[in-house]
Amino acid sequence: MDAVDVAVRLLAVLLSFLVLPLLVGQTEHKVMAHMQGRVGPMHAGGFHGWAQLVADGVKFAQKEDIVPEGADRRVFQLAPALALIPYLLVLVAIPVAPGGGVVQVLDAGIFFVLAVMGVGILGSLMGGWASANKFSLLGGLRTAAQLLAYELPMLLAAASVTMAAGTLSLPGILGVWEWWWLPWQAVGAVVFFTAGLAELQRPPFDAPVADSEIIFGAYTEYTGLRFALFLLAEYAGIVVLSALTAVLFLGGWHGPFADGLGWLWMLLKTGVLAFGVIWLRVSYPRLREDQIQRLAWTALVPLALFQIALTGVVKVVM
Amino acid sequence: MPDYFHGYTVVGLVAVVGVLFVCAAFAAGRLLRPVVPTPEKMLTYECGVDPVGEGWAHTQVRYYVYAFLYVVFAVDSVFLFPWSTVFAAPGYGATTLAEMFVFLGFLAVGLLYAYKKGVLEWT
Repeated sequence: MDAVDVAVRLLAVLLSFLVLPLLVGQTEHKVMAHMQGRVGPMHAGGFHGWAQLVADGVKFAQKEDIVPEGADRRVFQLAPALALIPYLLVLVAIPVAPGGGVVQVLDAGIFFVLAVMGVGILGSLMGGWASANKFSLLGGLRTAAQLLAYELPMLLAAASVTMAAGTLSLPGILGVWEWWWLPWQAVGAVVFFTAGLAELQRPPFDAPVADSEIIFGAYTEYTGLRFALFLLAEYAGIVVLSALTAVLFLGGWHGPFADGLGWLWMLLKTGVLAFGVIWLRVSYPRLREDQIQRLAWTALVPLALFQIALTGVVKVVM
Repeated sequence: MPDYFHGYTVVGLVAVVGVLFVCAAFAAGRLLRPVVPTPEKMLTYECGVDPVGEGWAHTQVRYYVYAFLYVVFAVDSVFLFPWSTVFAAPGYGATTLAEMFVFLGFLAVGLLYAYKKGVLEWT
């Protein structure tokens, strides 16, 4: 790889990192609105409020940046950066098209992806601790509890796919993927997606930011640009989770005419999953903190173990 | 193993791009935003009412047993990944499958034990 090639790839990663989350955000505005019998933003930019998020961004950039007097200043200021950067790193390993349609093939791809995604949670923890706010602290602790509970089923479900494929590399997994993996890995897919939702603290797993109980959890004291970065991290997280689920369980770029249109299939599957994330937000009430823990330990972990047993038996017997 | 780390040059570069992006955003924000601090503004917001007492209130960490469980299980599960790449290789089949069920059995018994002890109940 020469320098120009690397530069193009870096640029592609950065651009998709900045554009896709905004698309998901705007879709969320509109989809939520229509599901709730409203129209959503209509004015910014003229056509159906397409520029609403751009306007929001301009507003965020102009707002005064307030760090509370009592806060742990450095940690408080660094937290949004730590929440955001891991999701950028994850995009490196996600294949979007067959035959080199990935920024970098990593041998231990899935391992790398899961490890780096876990780091992002640290941002919320740091924010919650450093805010010098009782509600933020509670939110941070809930975030920690949620990470502990849902990282395990996520790991196990991902391990099931690597067992089926016999490789940890994400392009490698897609290379051996067959359509009948869909029913074979279906349980794992549900576990992985649910656990991912919980790690992103999206509804119905949004107890860490529950506005009617603890204001806005770890992000209560944030304003302006730093708050915007936290929001960007949340939507980037949706993109990354949807893309990963698509790659691991839905065959990524596989589909008719995959050689030419592989990227479109990948984008489509990611989009449909992201739509599902939004849909879940609109249709389910928030789970209580203890219900969240119980779901992980008594439902998702046993299901993931079952999936591993199933994968092992089918793989060896076939 | 020179090949193994080869791919991580690009990962490192993307990390640099990420740091630069955040730095640029913070620098631009610094140039664009007003700075008019007042004592009231710098107070912790909390829930909109002036805060009472210290920011770091005492709270009971109810899930520390989950944390133990998590550490035990996650360390076990990480070993699944290298194992998963070879377990179905020719000549392994039945043996590794039996091993897998022993491993899953240990995890399941552990989980069942925790359940019986009432650890999975929110106290």
